[in-house]
Amino acid sequence: MELYSLTIHELRDRLRAGETTSAEIAASVFGRIDAVEGDVHAYITLMRETALAQAAEADEKIKRGEGGPLAGIPIALKDILCTRGVRTTCGSRILENFVPPYDATVVEKLRAAGAVFTGKTNMDEFAMGSSTETSFFGVTRNPWDLGRIPGGSSGGSAAAVAAGECIASLGSDTGGSIRQPAALCGVVGLKPTYGRVSRYGLIAFASSLDQIGPFTKDVEDAAIMMNAIAGYDPRESTSVPEEVPDYRAFLGRGIEGWRVGIPKEYFIAGIDPEVEAAVRRAVEVVEKAGASCVEISLPHTDYCVAVYYIIAPAEASSNLARYDGVKYGFRTGEAGDLLEMYKRTRSAGFGAEVKRRIMIGTYSLSSGYYDAYYRKASQVRALIKRDFDEAFKSCDVILTPTSPTPAFRLGERLDDPLQMYLSDIFTISANLAGIPGISVPCGYTAGGLPLGVQLLAGHFQEGRLLQAAAAYEKNASIEKRRPSL
Amino acid sequence: MEYEPVIGLEVHAQLLTKAKIFCGCSAEFGAAPNTHTCPVCLGMPGVLPVLNKKVIEYMLKMALATNCRINRACNFARKNYFYPDLPKGYQISQYAAPPAEHGWIEVDLNGGKKRIGITRIHMEEDAGKLLHDERNPVSYVDLNRTGVPLIEIVSEPDIRGAEEAAAYLRRLHETLVYLGICDGNMEEGSFRCDANVSLRPKGAEAFGTRTELKNMNSFRNVQRALEYEIKRQGYVLEGGGEIAQETRLWDDTAGVTYSMRGKEEAHDYRYFPDPDLVPVVIDDAWIDAIRKTLPELPLEKRERFIRDYKIPAYDAGVLTASRELADYYEETVRLSGEPKLASNWVMGDILRFLNEDKRSVRECPVAPASLAELIRLIREGAISGKMAKEVSEAMYRTGKPPATIVAERGLVQITDETALAAAIAEILEKNPAQVAQYKAGKEKVFGFFVGQAMKETQGKANPQLINEILKKMLAS
Repeated sequence: MELYSLTIHELRDRLRAGETTSAEIAASVFGRIDAVEGDVHAYITLMRETALAQAAEADEKIKRGEGGPLAGIPIALKDILCTRGVRTTCGSRILENFVPPYDATVVEKLRAAGAVFTGKTNMDEFAMGSSTETSFFGVTRNPWDLGRIPGGSSGGSAAAVAAGECIASLGSDTGGSIRQPAALCGVVGLKPTYGRVSRYGLIAFASSLDQIGPFTKDVEDAAIMMNAIAGYDPRESTSVPEEVPDYRAFLGRGIEGWRVGIPKEYFIAGIDPEVEAAVRRAVEVVEKAGASCVEISLPHTDYCVAVYYIIAPAEASSNLARYDGVKYGFRTGEAGDLLEMYKRTRSAGFGAEVKRRIMIGTYSLSSGYYDAYYRKASQVRALIKRDFDEAFKSCDVILTPTSPTPAFRLGERLDDPLQMYLSDIFTISANLAGIPGISVPCGYTAGGLPLGVQLLAGHFQEGRLLQAAAAYEKNASIEKRRPSL
Repeated sequence: MEYEPVIGLEVHAQLLTKAKIFCGCSAEFGAAPNTHTCPVCLGMPGVLPVLNKKVIEYMLKMALATNCRINRACNFARKNYFYPDLPKGYQISQYAAPPAEHGWIEVDLNGGKKRIGITRIHMEEDAGKLLHDERNPVSYVDLNRTGVPLIEIVSEPDIRGAEEAAAYLRRLHETLVYLGICDGNMEEGSFRCDANVSLRPKGAEAFGTRTELKNMNSFRNVQRALEYEIKRQGYVLEGGGEIAQETRLWDDTAGVTYSMRGKEEAHDYRYFPDPDLVPVVIDDAWIDAIRKTLPELPLEKRERFIRDYKIPAYDAGVLTASRELADYYEETVRLSGEPKLASNWVMGDILRFLNEDKRSVRECPVAPASLAELIRLIREGAISGKMAKEVSEAMYRTGKPPATIVAERGLVQITDETALAAAIAEILEKNPAQVAQYKAGKEKVFGFFVGQAMKETQGKANPQLINEILKKMLAS
C-alpha cells in the first residue's frame, strides 16, 4: 500500500509507531501529484517547498513528542481559503495575483495542528458552479473518468483526495459544493452547521450560506478534521460559542433504535435510476444497523432551488463589489476614467457565470424588486428551516441522495445554467436551514462511477451525524476501489 | 405668494472611540495615509467585521440625551455603491431597523423655545478619503478614515428657517461634545451636515419638492447655504417654475448652490441586512447603565446655574458653552464662594485672554484655585479692582499664583485708616480753593481729591476707604 493512499488515522498510527516519517509521506504524496496531476488538474497552486519544510518540522516535533493531531499529514486547501504569503485566486482572473497577508482561521488551526499544506485546489470561479468548469485556471477532471467533471465548486479538493494527491482537504459549501463533489468523486464530504467553523479568511460567495468543511477518505478522518477546525472565533460574528465535543468519540456507537427520516420530496422524477437504487440500498443498510426508517415530509422542498438562486446571488453581488481594480487583484490598463476602469476591470476579470450571478443578485436587490424577490425568498427560507425543525421532532437524522446524477461529462451542462443549478437540488436545503450534512460513498454505477448518500442532522449535531455516517459506512461495507489513473 | 421653508437635517458625527467600528485599528485623526489600516478595514477578500461595543454605548448616550425611543433589537445593513474610498463596495450602515427613533431636542428661538423632532439615530462606518493631485491627473486613496464609527442623526422636517437650522445644529453639536462622544471638529469632518429643504405656501400642509444640500462645513455655511437655497427656490416658484428634486452642492467662495445630480442619477443603494453581522440586542439593564453615565446636559446645567448661582441667563449661556468652561467656573465658585464675581472674571478676563490666544479652557494657565484666590484678595480689599486687572493678566502670562505676583510687584492696598487720613488731610490743606468750590456745592471736585489721594499713594489706597474719609473730612 502506498502512503498516499492511506487515511489520516492510518498514517497517524504509523507515524506514532515510528514506521514512517512525515517526509516520506510528503514525498509519496508529491510523487503521486507528479504522476497524476497532469491528468486530473486538481491544483491551482502547489506548495511543494513549504510542504517539505513543514514535513521536516513535523518530524522534529513528532520526535520530541510535540506533534499536533495532524502532524505530518498532507492536506490540500481549496483556493477560496486565504493563505498568508501564498497566492489565493478563488478560481478567478480578478484575483490571479492576489497574495493575502493573513491566514484564514481554519488555515491557522490546521497549521497549529501540524498539517502539511500540499497546495491550493481548483474550484469554480468564486465557488459558483457544480462542475469546477468555471475556473479561470482550467477544468479539473474526475479521477474515476477523466472525461467527466469532479463536481463543484470544490472539485479540486474532492479530486485531490480521490486521486491520492493529498490525504484530506478542505472545501467550502454554499449550496452543496462539498457534498456533491464528494459524492461524484467517491469520498466523504462534510458541511458543518452554519456558525460551527469560522468563515474568517474564506473568500465570501454568499455569506449567510457559506461553510468550510473537510473532504476525507473515510468518516473517522472527517471526525479528526472537524476536531481540528470547529469552534468559536472572535473574528467571526456569526460563529457560535458552542462547545466543540470530541467528534471521534461518537464513532462506533452505532445507531440502534434511531429513527432515520426519508423525505418523500427527495425521490423525484428525473433522479438517475442508479442513484435511486443505491440510496434505496442505503436505506436497507441503516435498517440492518438497527435503525428504523420513517417517511417524513419537507413540504417546502420545491422552493429550495428558487430561494437559493435569489439569496446567494444577492449576497454575492454585494460580496464581489470589492473586486474593483482599485486596491488589489486584476486591473485593466488604458481606462479613460474611473467608471471605465471599473467596467473594463470587472468585464475582463470575472467569468460568465460570476457575471450572470452578479446581475441576478443586483436585480433582485434593486428598489422595486426587493420585496418580490429578496424579502420573499428570506421568508420562504424561514419556512424551509421550519420544515427541518419539524422533521427532526420525528427523526434523528435524514437520509437522501446527495446528487441526482453521477458525474456528468465535461461541457455537458456548461451552456445550460438551469440544468447545472439542479445538480444541487438535494444539497441546497441544508445551507438554507443552516444544518450540517455529510455525503458518504454508497456504491458505484454499472459504469464504475462512484455514488454518494447524504445524511442531515439538526443544528450543531455533527457528532450524531458522524455517528450515523460511521454506522452506515461500517454496515454498508462498500467495496474499496481506487480510480485507475 | 408667501412661502414657508421646510427643512430637515442629517448630521453625521464621528465617534471618539479608540478603535474603529468593525476592527481594532485606531480611529484617531491625522496619521500618515494608510497607516491606521488592516485587512478588515481595507476590505480584503475573506475578512469579516466584528462590532465594537463602545460604538453602541456612544450611540445610546446620544439617543438618551435626545429623548429617543430605543429599540431593543436592531441590525446592520449594506449600502451598496462603487467608489474608490469605499474598499468593500458597500458601507455597513443601518436601514430598516434603527436603534433609536422618535426623539427631540429643544432650541431657543428669539426668547421662545421650540422642540425639533429627531426621526432616527443609527450607527455606520465612515468611508476613506481621496486626495487629488492638483498638478497631475492622479488621485490617491487614504483609508485611515475607513471604518471610523459614525452616528447619523436625522431630524424631522420641523425646521422653518436657516437660523433655526443653525440653532438646532449648535444644540446637537453642544450635546455631542458634552457627552464626550464626538470632538465636534467641523473642519476635520467630525461633525458634518446635509440639509433637505423645500418651500410650501404659508399655511399649506403638503410639502413641496425638496433639494438636498451638501458640502457645508461650518455652522455659518449651513446657514448661508440654506438662506441662498430658500431664496433660489422662492424665485423659481414665483417665476412659475418647478423645483427639480436633486442634490446640490454649496460653493462657499461663490456663495451659491449648484446641481450635482438629478433624481434620475440618484443611486439605488440596494440595502439588505448584512449577513456577516448578527442583530444587536439592547436590554433595559444596558440602557439603565448607560443612562447612569450621562453627564448633566447643557440645558440642565444652564438652568441650574441661573437658579443656584443667581447669574443672568446670558452669563449662564456663556459659561455652559462647553463642559470644560462650566467645570472651570464651578470650581472657581466652589473655592471662592462668589458666583457673581467668579462669573465676571471668567467671562471677562479669562475668556478674553483665551480667545486672543485661541486657546481652550483646558490650556488655561490660570487654575480655578488661583482665580478664586484673586477673588478673595479683591473681596478682602487687599488689592483694588485696578490692581486685580494687572494681577490677572500677570497670572495668565506667568502662571504664578496671585499672592506671588502681588508680593513681587508690591501691590498692597493701603487700608490703614490713620495713614490715609493723614495723607488726605494734607491734600485738603494744599488745595484750599478746591475745598471751597466743593463746599459751595460743586461736587464734581470730589473726584479731583480722590485722584490726588490715589496719586499720593501710588494707587495702592483702597478707593472705598478714600471715599469714606474724604466725605467725613469735607463735611466737617
